[in-house]
Amino acid sequence: MTNSQNLICVTCPRGCSLTISYDDQDQITITGNQCKRGAAYAKAELSDPRRMIASTVRIRGGIHKMLPISTNAPFPKGKIMNLMAFLKSVEISAPVKMGDILIENVLNTGIAMVASRNMEKID
Amino acid sequence: MLTVHAYDVIVIGSGPAGLAAAVSAKKNGVNSVLVIDRDVEPGGILLQCVHSGFGLETFGEDLPGPSYAQRYILEAESQKINLLMDTMVLDITSDFVVTVSNETIGVQRLQAKAIVLAMGCRERSRAQIRIPGTRPAGVYTAGTAQRWVNVEGLMPGKNFVILGSGDIGMIMARRLSLEGARVNRVVEIMPYLNGLSRNYVQCLQDYDIPLFLNHTINKILGKKRVEAVEVVRVDQNRKVQPETAEIIPCDTLLLSVGLIPENELTRKIGVSMDPITGGAIVDNCFETSIPGIFVAGNVVHVYDLVDYVSQDGTTAGKYAASFIQCNWNSNRRKIPVIVEEPLRYVVPQKICPDTLRESAIRLLMRVSYPMEYPVQVSLFTDQKEILNKTYPYVRPGEMVSIQIPKSAYDLIMASQEVRLKVLRKE
Ligand SMILES: Cc1cc2nc3c(=O)[nH]c(=O)nc-3n(C[C@H](O)[C@H](O)[C@H](O)COP(=O)(O)OP(=O)(O)OC[C@H]3O[C@@H](n4cnc5c(N)ncnc54)[C@H](O)[C@@H]3O)c2cc1C
Ligand code: SF4
Repeated sequence: MTNSQNLICVTCPRGCSLTISYDDQDQITITGNQCKRGAAYAKAELSDPRRMIASTVRIRGGIHKMLPISTNAPFPKGKIMNLMAFLKSVEISAPVKMGDILIENVLNTGIAMVASRNMEKID
Repeated sequence: MLTVHAYDVIVIGSGPAGLAAAVSAKKNGVNSVLVIDRDVEPGGILLQCVHSGFGLETFGEDLPGPSYAQRYILEAESQKINLLMDTMVLDITSDFVVTVSNETIGVQRLQAKAIVLAMGCRERSRAQIRIPGTRPAGVYTAGTAQRWVNVEGLMPGKNFVILGSGDIGMIMARRLSLEGARVNRVVEIMPYLNGLSRNYVQCLQDYDIPLFLNHTINKILGKKRVEAVEVVRVDQNRKVQPETAEIIPCDTLLLSVGLIPENELTRKIGVSMDPITGGAIVDNCFETSIPGIFVAGNVVHVYDLVDYVSQDGTTAGKYAASFIQCNWNSNRRKIPVIVEEPLRYVVPQKICPDTLRESAIRLLMRVSYPMEYPVQVSLFTDQKEILNKTYPYVRPGEMVSIQIPKSAYDLIMASQEVRLKVLRKE
């Protein structure tokens, strides 16, 4: 008997439909992926699902009130709402450069929050 | 309105298309390039698209929208491209006079030798889809809400219903959920998803937001502010079935019901338009029916990958440079690209066979309805099939592309047209 499960790979816009089949020995085979990253995604999705998280934080002295930021690696799905609650308490000061690390090791995940763009200081 | 300033190439719009075109014109030897935008800073709509998913093709990295834009802004700066921001383009003529207006200079005329139009697209609004009911506050396009949340830090409401399963709507469903709002459901009139499948997974499924296909919003309820919407099922002919009506309380309705190329200026110039794409009819150099008027990006047709927007912008900029350097023959031979059902449209609509000597030509198409089985996209000359490509499935929300290689030069030169077909693969 084999069992199977379907997933859509979210790693890139192609969005391949993956099929994960288990045989008697619980060995898994992944099909439907158009590249290697699809198989890695399927394995992670079953054991430790993660997502890239992009959001904004308040910024003082910039052209806009909000600065777009992002995780520098996929973030554990179960802790996303904790991350969002934490980000509400953060305020950054301009100037900022794209790629600047704004928060290191956020919520002890080993993941950093980085600035998605430059924002000059304006008077 | 007096002063006339002269530039070689003027680009309208500083999104990824306009910036790529400007940089490319400059790199191809044009001296003075000016980019004009009504926004206060360059970058276009991507500045408010804070989510990642941009640039995999171009940079091999999954970048947030603002980072993708930033790379092009930095390149434009290093190429010493002139930027005229906070300035509205009011009019353009077929002899390249651009009328602009802003607070400091008032109204001014600028003379160019070639023009690239890169005004992007805008969202369809309530007026264009005609939802009956009252006119309370709390009905916005998804893009307006995106700007409020991501740039201005304002929440448009607490309890949402989203009409339309396009990417912007789904991305906003996730964004609002992350910010603590409730998104009741996404309602889609068609029997299939309008955006990318990955956005269904990571924006709706991840946040337990139900998607209602074959449903629409029949009425908006509420006096001052939206209080509820009436959601109904539709039949195969998209006819409302009143007995299925359900009242869903909410304080905000977001519309994500499609994008339209922003072509008021283009029409004014008198460029020939494609009624299906809503953009100009172009050849593979992205020249319109008026010599020296080029177009780039979402103003041509709504792309789903920004990488292709930048690539095609680069092409437009390169040929705009050729145009003013006089190594250009506006009477060069063009042959039509014809699509057969279920292909809905193709861009470019014409190709210049002799450009195949320099580079391959990419054709981008959309289908009218989803085909959830393997299909073969084939390209024919007037003689025979010359190439094909297999897709595991094709969907209206995901562009289909096929590339004519340089090696097809002789075959294409000998043909009066190229024709594209999609057939089920047995
Ligand atoms: C609300 C919204 C959200 C989107 N979200 C995504 C997404 O998440 N992912 C994705 O891949 N694509 C998204 N898109 C599509 C996106 O537009 C393209 O990927 C890309 O930004 C297109 O680049 P562009 O340069 O053609 O247009 P744009 O980036 O839209 O740039 C056009 C520029 O022209 C300027 N302009 C227009 N008219 C005038 C005028 N008369 N005078 C002066 N300036 C003018 C505008 O101010 C703007 O800066 C979105 C589009 C919209 C409308
Ligand atoms: S399997 Fe590869 S090609 Fe397919 S969606 Fe995942 S990353 Fe993209």
